[in-house]
Amino acid sequence: MSTAIKKANIGAALKRIDGSLKVTGTAPYAYEHPVNNPVHLYPIVAAIARGKVKRIDASAAEKIPGVLLVMTHENSPKLWIKADADLYILQSTTIHYKGQFIGAVIAETPEAARYAASLVNVEYDVEPHDTEFRHDATNIYAPKRVNAFKPAESVRGDAVAAFASTQAKFKLDQTYTTPTEHHNPLEPHAVIAIWNDAFSLSPFNTRLTLFDANQGVLAVPIFLGVLLGLLPSQIAVFSPYVGGSFGSKALPHSHILLAAMAAKLLRGRAVKYAITRQQMFVNVGYRPESYQHIRMAADADGKLLAVEHHVVAPTARLKEYVDQTASPTRVMYGTENLYTTHRAAPLDVPIGMFMRGPGEFTGMFALETALDELAEQIGLDPIELRIRNEPAVDPEDGKPFSTRNLVKCLRNGAIEFGWQQRSTAPRRLREGEWLIGMGVASATYPNQHILSLRARIRFEGGRYKVELQAADIGTGALTILGQIGADALDVNLDQIDVVLGRTGLPWAMPAGGSVGTYEWGSSIVAAAEKFRKKYGISPPEGAKLTASGKLPKDYKSYSRHAFGAQFAEVKVSDVTGEVRVTRMLGMFGAGRIINPITARSQFIGGMTMGLSAALFEESVIDPRFGHVVNNDLAGYHIAAHADVVDIRAKWIEEFDPYFGPTGAKGIGELGIVGVPAAIGNAIYNATGKRLRSLPFTPDKLVV
Amino acid sequence: MNPFDYQRASSVADAVAQLGSDGAFLAGGTNLVDHLRLGIRTPTQLVDISRLPLNEITRSEDGVLRIGALVRNSDMAAHPLIRRHLPVLAQALLAGASGQLRNMATTGGNMLQRTRCVYFQDLTTPCNKREPGTGCSAREGFGRYNALFGASVECVAVHPSDMCIPLAALDALVVVQGRDGERRIPFSNFHRLPGDTPDVDTNLAHGELLTALEISPLPFAVNSRYRKVRDRASYAFALVSVAAALDVHHGIVHDARIALGGASYKPHRALKAEAALKGKPATPEAFLAAANAELADAKFSADNAFKVPMLRNTIAAVLGELAQATQGEQA
Repeated sequence: MSTAIKKANIGAALKRIDGSLKVTGTAPYAYEHPVNNPVHLYPIVAAIARGKVKRIDASAAEKIPGVLLVMTHENSPKLWIKADADLYILQSTTIHYKGQFIGAVIAETPEAARYAASLVNVEYDVEPHDTEFRHDATNIYAPKRVNAFKPAESVRGDAVAAFASTQAKFKLDQTYTTPTEHHNPLEPHAVIAIWNDAFSLSPFNTRLTLFDANQGVLAVPIFLGVLLGLLPSQIAVFSPYVGGSFGSKALPHSHILLAAMAAKLLRGRAVKYAITRQQMFVNVGYRPESYQHIRMAADADGKLLAVEHHVVAPTARLKEYVDQTASPTRVMYGTENLYTTHRAAPLDVPIGMFMRGPGEFTGMFALETALDELAEQIGLDPIELRIRNEPAVDPEDGKPFSTRNLVKCLRNGAIEFGWQQRSTAPRRLREGEWLIGMGVASATYPNQHILSLRARIRFEGGRYKVELQAADIGTGALTILGQIGADALDVNLDQIDVVLGRTGLPWAMPAGGSVGTYEWGSSIVAAAEKFRKKYGISPPEGAKLTASGKLPKDYKSYSRHAFGAQFAEVKVSDVTGEVRVTRMLGMFGAGRIINPITARSQFIGGMTMGLSAALFEESVIDPRFGHVVNNDLAGYHIAAHADVVDIRAKWIEEFDPYFGPTGAKGIGELGIVGVPAAIGNAIYNATGKRLRSLPFTPDKLVV
Repeated sequence: MNPFDYQRASSVADAVAQLGSDGAFLAGGTNLVDHLRLGIRTPTQLVDISRLPLNEITRSEDGVLRIGALVRNSDMAAHPLIRRHLPVLAQALLAGASGQLRNMATTGGNMLQRTRCVYFQDLTTPCNKREPGTGCSAREGFGRYNALFGASVECVAVHPSDMCIPLAALDALVVVQGRDGERRIPFSNFHRLPGDTPDVDTNLAHGELLTALEISPLPFAVNSRYRKVRDRASYAFALVSVAAALDVHHGIVHDARIALGGASYKPHRALKAEAALKGKPATPEAFLAAANAELADAKFSADNAFKVPMLRNTIAAVLGELAQATQGEQA
């Protein structure tokens, strides 16, 4: 077990240091980076969901003043290695989904590029497409693995036999569905690509410069290098500020390739492309919909005898992506008999992508709604049912939990929220036309450690630079990494500069899987300790040291997860069916909290996104055409300010050394998990109507 | 965005004179500019009328309210004359869009805003309103917002405005200026049903400029209310909405004005509900019966069937509240 570092800056409620830059609009986002010789790209996209490009007539587009280039598969740079099916664009005539990039117009102004793109005439060989998800489709298959390297199936004991056994006094057999959702960060994906004209054989000479919006620059040169025939070291990426992401900017999407390929053909020009809101519903990932079948059996005391969780979800034919939807079910509750499966249904659709709490968000909606149904059947308080099934060790692998405070979160949260005022029977509380109810659900999010990467401490001009390829996508990382660095070096915060968001710095994990705080923190602590060991407290100017993060030797002996409890109070109009969430409380056990201001912001941000998904969010695919038809922010509703009435996040004291020396767990995703179930359970408590399909829109409640 | 010429009009007459056959007037731009970007509309000329002096709200001696076509939505909602005499109109305006949009959007532009049907806004799908003869994608597609009233085989789109719903209830007059002079169009005849030309939304002739609205006095409209039902609490188009004014004496409905939003191809005056109420006791049963009388003609599919109970309940609830408000005053 590593030693805890001194707590001086860690734990302090500091405002984010980039806050004033952001609210005054002076933090430069990717598209705003000043460049010489800019040109503007607008894509040509497939108007059909499956088939081939027969002919592209760009003659009208080429005549538009200001048009420099119409790039199609006929004249695009050849890519080297097909390392990623989605990124391998403009190399053939094949169309895999509607809206796929099949070319681009590059012009002196964005207006000319867009207008010219509208004049490009494309003829197709149309093939029949299938974009309609059916959970019982005949071509459903079992993927080898699901996201986050999780196994697609798990079996312990014999759930089917236990379900049928005589002890199984209470039984539940229900299906739950969640819709396609799109991340929709406010800042669209944007890139500026510049291909360096000067030829050099040096592997360290930058050939391609990208100003990009991403969750970590690390992945960009690795993915693009093999496609473009460059070494990763020849690609420079800058991403200092990012206007939200939620997973959609974790890995490079094909728009970056499009801009880079155009830049290769227009050397010396800076090719700018910010994708439109409509294109954000096609080219940059989404949360695939899900069909979830749950069977549960409990004995007379409410002890779970069997849990089955079977998930079917669509996947793109072009590239498999399947959320780990049933994986939280494997760890949440102690049952000896468990059976979980994932199946994928291939369709001619764009590629899915992790979206905040992939799997956990989706699966916990079904699991935690089912538990509420079972509690009602048994006649138990839903909190008590969860407590009775609290496992002593990880039920999946028998390992002890590094820290697990689910029961404490439920109990403390219940007191804080006023849970005892909830009526056990539904439809008992009313104010005028509004029926009022309360609901609860658990939250969980696992440790996502893959490997320890690096950070550098550099002493320059009397200040300490903390340098690594991390990203602040609006989370507060820039602020809290300074707090960690200051304590690790035992200096005041005003002696620290955090440098992140560009290549040339030590490799670090992207801001994904909620790993940022503990992985980056781990490498910063390691670098600081080694720096002090080597240079002492008075380092020479220019002293620098890079080190990898370290975990306690026995960390693999523990099951590592964060937990929480979500409470919601709703009112439902019995006139209109409208649902309003009047109060929410999240109580979390998420390791040490580095900064209560930015942590609270992360938690309530996640809870707000959960509220939004519970009540509003749904991407509607019209299977006749194959694309999302409500593809803007008027059609795809995200929570407005007026929907967020009273959301509070609290946490209990925790320190988990097995996540890393800071004692912190990840908090970016935990806040969204469980929210739709808590709200749905509250709707049931208010109205007596059980909703098993997200979102809970008024049409499902009005009678 | 297609290239276009831009001119600034110096007067109403100048605006009307300048507009060419392929031109469009530009006021707040909150709808038109989106459509230019999306390629839904491709005028070759924009005549900017936003600086014309059409931004006053006045009341004549005989009580007629005159609202200039360039009065901003937020200004109309806040205007004392509107708040005092026509609360339903102020409420409807505030229920629409967002603060930023209401600060830009004008009265005339609001009346001329086009449907939010997703297929109308998507150049990759057929739409008779955008491109006559290509077919209607909404009829058998994403139909949650589709109209219950006034739709045809050609088009099932719903009118998106909140402001227009009380205007339909209030029998407003639309004042328009053409090259041959001024004329007044009754509100009920301003918007048109799809027929076989769903691409034409109104009976405004090309080149005519909307200059003002006139609303004759309706004393009982001080007891009026607008209720909008939507997914989220703010900044969403109506699933359904109800604008109503109620005149109750001694427990009997003397007169009523009701119009429905989110329900219809054009702002829908609920004449059957109004007729069913007159002379009836102001009771929940009578309000429900009036709602049912109106909704008997509703045509719906599985996707938008929910609008029928939603409207029935909302009509009855709004009338109930208005009756209660009257009762309070009379007691």
